[in-house]
Amino acid sequence: MICEYTKDNRELTIKFSGEIDHHTCDVIKVKSDYEIQKYMPKKVVFDFKDVKFMDSSGIGMLIGRYKQILRIGGQAEMVHTSKDIKRIFEMSGIFKIIPLREEASL
Amino acid sequence: MSDNEMKLEIKSKSSNEAFARVVVAAFASQLDPTIEELADIKTAVSEAVTNCIIHGYDGKEGTIHIHCRLEGRELEIEIIDYGKGIENIEIAKQPLYTSKPDLDRSGMGFTIMESFMDEMKVESIVGVGTKIKMRKEIGEAV
Repeated sequence: MICEYTKDNRELTIKFSGEIDHHTCDVIKVKSDYEIQKYMPKKVVFDFKDVKFMDSSGIGMLIGRYKQILRIGGQAEMVHTSKDIKRIFEMSGIFKIIPLREEASL
Repeated sequence: MSDNEMKLEIKSKSSNEAFARVVVAAFASQLDPTIEELADIKTAVSEAVTNCIIHGYDGKEGTIHIHCRLEGRELEIEIIDYGKGIENIEIAKQPLYTSKPDLDRSGMGFTIMESFMDEMKVESIVGVGTKIKMRKEIGEAV
């Protein structure tokens, strides 16, 4: 997991990698919350480009982080969700609160 | 393809979630599934095993049995725990219902198992345990 913060637009990018399940979510939650509290960003972008697997633990984890972001008056967005990951998110309706940023296809 | 069977016993540790789904996917690969079918199987197994750990055993130590059978193009998976059981299966299966919202759980586990597999059945007795039975047909009929 890599976090990048850009000062000028106060945007924090949290880039996940590997597998997101109940086991790995414990660490992801702690790290993400730390970064969010540290920067107090206006917007948090969750990047799934390097995620190889995700189950429903990912939905719960994101909703938990979203609550943190709301508390500090921020917004959240997702980017680079694969077909498999998108399908899981679509079932839960989470895109209504954390929209997916569509990337221009190359 | 001749019929086949395998049994796996694991401890209810979260680090075994990845192990369990990879083992079942490797077993199912004998049927030459598509990448999407493999992802469906892995996700469904991950949901069921996570339920055993979080709900069945409440994070305490226990044993999880996974029993897979191949018959023709059909994969059958049973995932069993000997934990606390489910009081009301209908409520537990509702999308977004979770008995543990404090743990950031989404309540989508059963919904995902149901939609990623062709069939999903829950048998549970309070104080005895829970058995999840799932079935999926792999590949196209020739």
